[in-house]
Amino acid sequence: MAHVSVRNVSRSFGAHKALDDVSIDFPDGGFYALLGPSGSGKTTLLRLIAGFDFPDEGQIAIDGDSVERVPVEKRRIGMMFQNYALFPNMSVRDNVGFGLSVRGEPRHKMAAEVQAALDLVQLGSLGERRPHQLSGGQRQRVALARAFVTRPRVLLLDEPLSALDKALRVDMQFELKRIQREIGITTIFVTHDQEEALTMSDRIGILRDGRLVQEGPPDETYERPGSAFAATFLGDANICEGIAIEGGIRLANGTEINIEKPVKGCTRCAIRPERIRIATSGAPIPAGDNRLHGTILRRVFAGNIITYFVDCSGLELKVLVQNDGSIQPYINDAVRLHWSKASTVPIVSD
Amino acid sequence: MTRLLEWLGRGFLGLLLAFLYLPLVIMGVMSFNRSPFYQLPIDWSTTWYSQLFANAQLMSATWNSVTIAVTTTIIATALGTAASIALFRNEFPGKRILQVLLFPPIAIPWLITGTAMLVFFFWVGIGRGPHAILLGHVALALPYVIVVVSARLQTFDPQLEEAARSLGANQWQVTRRITLPWIMPGVIAGALFAFAVSFDQFVVSYFLATPGQATLPVEIYAAIRKGFTPEINAVSTIIVVISMALMLLTARFFSFGGER
Repeated sequence: MAHVSVRNVSRSFGAHKALDDVSIDFPDGGFYALLGPSGSGKTTLLRLIAGFDFPDEGQIAIDGDSVERVPVEKRRIGMMFQNYALFPNMSVRDNVGFGLSVRGEPRHKMAAEVQAALDLVQLGSLGERRPHQLSGGQRQRVALARAFVTRPRVLLLDEPLSALDKALRVDMQFELKRIQREIGITTIFVTHDQEEALTMSDRIGILRDGRLVQEGPPDETYERPGSAFAATFLGDANICEGIAIEGGIRLANGTEINIEKPVKGCTRCAIRPERIRIATSGAPIPAGDNRLHGTILRRVFAGNIITYFVDCSGLELKVLVQNDGSIQPYINDAVRLHWSKASTVPIVSD
Repeated sequence: MTRLLEWLGRGFLGLLLAFLYLPLVIMGVMSFNRSPFYQLPIDWSTTWYSQLFANAQLMSATWNSVTIAVTTTIIATALGTAASIALFRNEFPGKRILQVLLFPPIAIPWLITGTAMLVFFFWVGIGRGPHAILLGHVALALPYVIVVVSARLQTFDPQLEEAARSLGANQWQVTRRITLPWIMPGVIAGALFAFAVSFDQFVVSYFLATPGQATLPVEIYAAIRKGFTPEINAVSTIIVVISMALMLLTARFFSFGGER
């Protein structure tokens, strides 16, 4: 268990600035997700923390020890790779025991620790198998056991779930989280999957073009995205652009949108599609809500959720409706949309 | 029509095998024929084998050949494997040029290489003799080892090395426990190549040998020039049997290039 801090770290590859002055504190025992599209620098940052690569500028510290020049084998980290990187010439047991054996740990002590780790990932009986005899999910558990059995100070996960199919991925999300809690290890998790980041982590850092654009707990990051990028990358959002007025913005079509916590001079706002409601005819709309008239352009039925694209005099809004059994509008229906001022988030940057 | 093609194909294969093996088989059979003039019917005997073992010159040449080939194999395999791993792991200026320069020695005629080595060795004071032969053989064998081991390394996932390092393994532990086990079939194949290059080597050995310190191929050539004796058949048969046994054994335990 350890606290990891990254201070003003930059790293360039040739002319390409992969990381540009990034500072993050990874709390002790926390589960931190580094989220970003490919090329955002999240993997570069993970490799710098691991010690596979060294920063051009800035400091990296684990528990206060400066480690930015320490090579990976001396950093006492555990890492899980995207394709697991299990040693093909070794049994599951030897894979998990590798880190202990290179440290010269006594054989009997090692066997007990390996068995405990295998039990924790529920692979207690598969120790003699070879990696190629395991399913994808089992391989992933072996990789995880191998990474934490050496009691590393930090556990680094590089897109660990991306190679699994969807159903297994959801299972493994819970499993990974359970094991992380059980050993209480500081975990840094790289992903491009926003849902994974939201469901698993205690904190999320969103990276874009080598910069940290937003950081915070998942709910806060989701509810108050600071930029258009954060709003659309973490979840989905309608971005409305207009001119700044008192208490909100005025759209090109003349509609005024009120914002609960307006920012002076702000010309854009974001509204999550699930926050917009379609009012049934005659039903009252809560006072103070933003309201728009529109026509349904398209409808996408996904079973539990119906997605509508609604044209509100030139502004196209995406609206998610729970398929709760009530009568739902259809294409070309005229509808009234409304949402609360609190659900309208001012957007100050790209 | 297809049947005809099939038979043609089989016939061709048969001819090919006959072309490859018939001379060897005849040589083997004749080494057991008492008549030195290939007279038929065969009068079975092991007389040439007893004569061979009594021939001090051929025996000492065989011993020279085996010693030099084994030493060449050990040195060339160790150096070549280390070089392949270094080329695989590191990026450095001139790496591509170095890799390209490794191939031409395989293509340059041995006659030229032999002459060049003879001239060079005299110029730098190494001269001729078993040590010069060894040096020449290592130089000849090295590119083969590097090519074969590098080919095997192409199938190695470098992330395995990273995983091992992240678990606390130092460079040597990574190499010994992760990289070497994976490339071992390539290393064995490279060693076989090195052994074959050295053991079969005539031209370079001929240039670098001193009288009385020759290798087996050089000695066989000298013996044939003096007049052919079936002892040569006997020693050649022994060599063929040992080399083929070695090859089959290796092929049995390792599938070259493929996944294990």
